[in-house]
Amino acid sequence: MQINDLLNHTSEWLKGTGPNSDIVISSRIRLARNLSKYPFPHWANKEQLDGVLNDIKAASSKINMLKSSTLFVLGELDSIDKQFLVERHLMSIEHTQKTEKKALLVDDEEIIAVMINEEDHLRIQLMQSGFNLFEAWSIINRLDDELGKLLDYAYLDDFGYLTACPTNTGTGMRGSVMLHLPALVMSRQIERVLAAVSKLSFTTRGLYGEGTQASGNFFQISNQVSLGHSEDEIIENINGLIRQIIEQEAQARQILLSKNRTVLEDRINRSFGILKSARIITSQETIELLSMVRLGSDLGMFKDIDRRTINELFITTQPAHLQKIENKKLSSEERDLKRAELIRKKLNLL
Amino acid sequence: MLCDICGKNPATVHLTEIIDDQMNELHLCEECARTKSSAMEQQFGLSDLLAGMVDFEQKNKEEGIPAVKCPNCGLTYADFKKIGRLGCGQCYNVFRQYLAPLLKRIHGSSQHMGKSPARRAKSAAAASAAVVGAATEAPPAAAPSKRKTGLQELKAQLAKAIEKEAFEEAARLRDQIRAMESKKNANK
Repeated sequence: MQINDLLNHTSEWLKGTGPNSDIVISSRIRLARNLSKYPFPHWANKEQLDGVLNDIKAASSKINMLKSSTLFVLGELDSIDKQFLVERHLMSIEHTQKTEKKALLVDDEEIIAVMINEEDHLRIQLMQSGFNLFEAWSIINRLDDELGKLLDYAYLDDFGYLTACPTNTGTGMRGSVMLHLPALVMSRQIERVLAAVSKLSFTTRGLYGEGTQASGNFFQISNQVSLGHSEDEIIENINGLIRQIIEQEAQARQILLSKNRTVLEDRINRSFGILKSARIITSQETIELLSMVRLGSDLGMFKDIDRRTINELFITTQPAHLQKIENKKLSSEERDLKRAELIRKKLNLL
Repeated sequence: MLCDICGKNPATVHLTEIIDDQMNELHLCEECARTKSSAMEQQFGLSDLLAGMVDFEQKNKEEGIPAVKCPNCGLTYADFKKIGRLGCGQCYNVFRQYLAPLLKRIHGSSQHMGKSPARRAKSAAAASAAVVGAATEAPPAAAPSKRKTGLQELKAQLAKAIEKEAFEEAARLRDQIRAMESKKNANK
């Protein structure tokens, strides 16, 4: 697989299927693992990082689950390609910097993505559409077992899996659920919900993970605690919280429909109108308007728009995606033109 | 909308800043946002946060600790406090007595309850158990339980410690063995 092949492919997590996919975009689990014989990446020299990379390459080539996967060496990619992989949620922003000996292993379906030599030697990630953490866990657990048979993980009985940062020690697990909560935002209940989330020691992040601002009514909620609970318990805790938020969002949607139907329909249709006719549009405006259209589609207002098309537009209208589609570097102004063009094409075809 | 800082470029990054309970919305261009975010990182990164927690935990107990060095990777406790990252898996054994309370503060627990690796060297578990005894208590206090163990046992432990590259533990065992041997010679 080449990077360009991803352009014509819909990532698993964008398919808009799976449980509660009207409110939950995707579920993701990542495991942080290190090899016992090398220092952690930030403290390792080039030869050691090379050793890590080679050991992991050798191990992954023997694993069936990784048979249809491709290894991208970050140092060989240009900045647009790297940004492109971040936009697809295959890797972190941190992985685009100081790229020497960093690599990314991605399977053809974009379900599995393994970052090599990021903060830890291995950051194994598994993505699913909809509200599906247990399914994600069952797959990633198998993959982790396979890797663990071939690689000597840094592990202690009492502290569990050892990670560069003590905030990940133990299970090394972070489960995240990406939620679309427009009704809670519109009805100004979101602050209350997010305050409760942080009180329960979960974190909320934006569309692009650590350090990003929530936009387009997207909120990524994940566990902070990785030590002292089993993986199943951690997932059950996240699930319990997410179920409550889903219920509150669903209720808020019903209340908006019953009390403010016209106002809501007006806002959704205006958003759709702008997207279908704009000639210049920024990515921020796009995300906000698409969020409204997605809500309209969830509420059955647009019978002929499928969720997948909208989900895809959230990603394909991002800067690096536009530049990959056009196959050249575009200035911010040029992107705003091309973005509007792409959206018109996709939405007017419907 | 133009950038709030330079007023020239279009604002593409939207940021909410909370300072003393005052919420501020900032609309920035890419360039100003980058400058701002790196300035913010310098002001308050995760490593500071962690280092802060360490300070809070250890303020009174820490005299001389920063000099403790991991024999495997060379990271000192002072390095850890500065960068908020450990150097290698062995660091967890070397700095165990300071890390356990820190982990407890972060996670509410310092005992792993999850899965364990499919392939786990038995010697690794044994060696770590030996080091646990040495590090959770101050070295002199740990000695009595070990004093009963015979010379052979100590030598076996030493071999294991060297194999695991737990040099601090190894040095302690070596001194114990020397002391026992010289005692034996003196008794002759």
